[in-house]
Amino acid sequence: MAQPDTDLLTVIKERLRPFPRDHFLSVTDLNEQTARELLDLADGFVELNQGAAKSLDLMAGQTVVNLFFENSTRTSASFEIAARRLGADVVSLSPRSSSVAKGETLIDTAATLNAMKPDILVVRHSASGAADLLSQKVGCAVVNAGDGRHEHPTQALLDLLTLKREFGDVGGLTVAICGDVAHSRVARSNVALLSMMGARVRLVGPPTLVPGDADRWGCEVFHDMRQGLDGCDVVMMLRLQLERMQGALVPSTREYYRFWGLDREKLKVAAPGVRVMHPGPMNRGVEIDSDVADDPDISLIQTQVEMGVSARMAVLAGLSLRRGGAGR
Amino acid sequence: MTAPLWIVNARLLDPASDHDGPGAVRIENGRIAEVVRSAAFLPSDGAETVDAAGLCLSPGLIDIRVKTGEPGAEPKETLKSAALSAAAGGVTSLVIQPDTAPAVDDPAMVDFIQRRGAALGLVNILAAGAATQGCDGKLMAEIGLMQEAGALYFTDVDQVIADSGTLMRVMAYATAFNALIACRPHDPWLSKGAVATSGELATRLGLSSVPAIAERMQMERDLALVEQTGVRFLVDQISTAGALGTLDRARLRGLEVAASVSINHLRFNEVDIGDYRTFYRLDPPLRDESDRLALIEAVRDGRIDVITSAHAPAPAEDKRLPFAEAAPGAVGLQTLLPAALALHHEDGLELLQILRPLTSGPAELLGLAAGRLAEGAPADLILFDPDTPVVVDAGTLRSKSRNSPFDGRRLQGKVLLTLVGGRRVFEASTGDVR
Repeated sequence: MAQPDTDLLTVIKERLRPFPRDHFLSVTDLNEQTARELLDLADGFVELNQGAAKSLDLMAGQTVVNLFFENSTRTSASFEIAARRLGADVVSLSPRSSSVAKGETLIDTAATLNAMKPDILVVRHSASGAADLLSQKVGCAVVNAGDGRHEHPTQALLDLLTLKREFGDVGGLTVAICGDVAHSRVARSNVALLSMMGARVRLVGPPTLVPGDADRWGCEVFHDMRQGLDGCDVVMMLRLQLERMQGALVPSTREYYRFWGLDREKLKVAAPGVRVMHPGPMNRGVEIDSDVADDPDISLIQTQVEMGVSARMAVLAGLSLRRGGAGR
Repeated sequence: MTAPLWIVNARLLDPASDHDGPGAVRIENGRIAEVVRSAAFLPSDGAETVDAAGLCLSPGLIDIRVKTGEPGAEPKETLKSAALSAAAGGVTSLVIQPDTAPAVDDPAMVDFIQRRGAALGLVNILAAGAATQGCDGKLMAEIGLMQEAGALYFTDVDQVIADSGTLMRVMAYATAFNALIACRPHDPWLSKGAVATSGELATRLGLSSVPAIAERMQMERDLALVEQTGVRFLVDQISTAGALGTLDRARLRGLEVAASVSINHLRFNEVDIGDYRTFYRLDPPLRDESDRLALIEAVRDGRIDVITSAHAPAPAEDKRLPFAEAAPGAVGLQTLLPAALALHHEDGLELLQILRPLTSGPAELLGLAAGRLAEGAPADLILFDPDTPVVVDAGTLRSKSRNSPFDGRRLQGKVLLTLVGGRRVFEASTGDVR
């Protein structure tokens, strides 16, 4: 079996620091310094993942449990691959959350899993605050892989990594986050992390999807897409659940597309060299035109997926080290 | 376009500039080309000249609450019969209500109303869009696309959006387009099945009734949501003194909301129901005389932005029924001006005070270029004699339905000439609607 480049391994080990907290529940568990260190480490993992030999033994002997109460393909696969590349043992579980009262299930499940002594628990749940609750009940490290409409910190980290590699530094960039901000954990994590790293963040969408008080997050709020995109370096589109577009929050998909769907026409007012992101999965022809989503000169959407594995490796490796893993 | 035309020797009434005085107006290419505020002026350019003989020349009336039966109930009224009635009544722009069958709740329907109206070549037929799909108060309608298509405001007309969450979302959403939302305030549960206002009369007549407070209650809710969302808002059809108090208090708090009143509630009270006269079965129901007097005062001091005809045609078969079973509503396009002029003759209001909520008030609210005697404005004008006595004969109304509560009433005021975009669409001398 091919071995990873030793120089690269040295770089990775130099950059590896214990994660600053016991758990990764929110981007506020990081500060500008620790976020930068984590991104540098992740950058190293990107080099590794682009090579032929991707396997390390930084987490050898440690166990990662993926606990996804909500359906997910890409995030759960991304965490699983990240943990395996670090040499961890991985168990992925998708318990049905609907059949039992959620609070009880969550704590019971946590106690059960805790008794098996995993090292890291990666959890996704439909209730805001679920990851936080779990972290209080278990002895292992908890990584929030999305809790309700609260946070999805590793998504923000991978988005930052994507931007760092594209632009060098996100400081000074103007980033427009567009669409269903109200229901988006991706938006909440990105607003906090992008602001922390010195980017200017705008929120763009209809008033029913962009809360009026969101300007207190330190963002500018726009309900007009053209004004919101004017001069932007990055446009981050959010997924809009189809059931929210049948008249409850938006009258129809065609009206949404007309006023807030991203197409080349609306993108014209953005800064030259603008890049487009989307956390996926996309509603093509609703929030984003395929023409834009599939244009390799504009779209970073596939890159985001690639960066996901490296960003999560950085988080897992850091938490593992804090718990006395082999990286030490 | 049209040849130049002078109307000279007129009493110019322009509420937008608060002007009431002698003068002349030159019309060219469908617009007002010149306004001369001088009694002795005589044109020397050889253009056709109409001598107004000192009678009143004002902007044409803008009626923002008109129902027809098109589409869906054409035997009641078509856009054409409503337009003919409007032209004869001096109404040069009318806003069709969206509660048709099907409802005007998408851009194609807005387009339909506008195209059908334009093809008639009579008066300006404008559209309001539904606030919710099918005007049923549940799911938001395509407010953005309809506004792009030309819809002037959004309303479920007589249907209340009972779910406050839905109304709040509609209002919040509308702010993205700076769209105007209108709600007729009445508590849907208190007013369910009611055909009269609670009180001694309704009790004696044995009619199901709604307390007057039902209007104020719903309006308090609506205005709280307006405050929350910051939406542009019209309180549609205030009919009680209590609701006026709510309006005053909201404005004292700095809330900018517009309010309309129907001509019927300025001229009639519940006593007019008399022996179950179904032409006085209106929605909202007729109120106490004290309410009517309070509404007149509100028009006098400018608290009412818009007076409407609340034109709601109902054929005889829908009115020749027991009172509670009769269809609500009254036609009003053709009687709007003389009925409003009663506020001058009987209640002592100045002509400008009456014309403002019939012309510049609605024009400002809806952002229309019409509604004023100013250079460059569309030549939508009426020449009228405010004093001519008339006896209303519902049988002569041009509306397909003749359910006029003014039938047989003596009023004063007669439209002599109606111009829309400079074209003569009605002349009393010939009786022609062109």
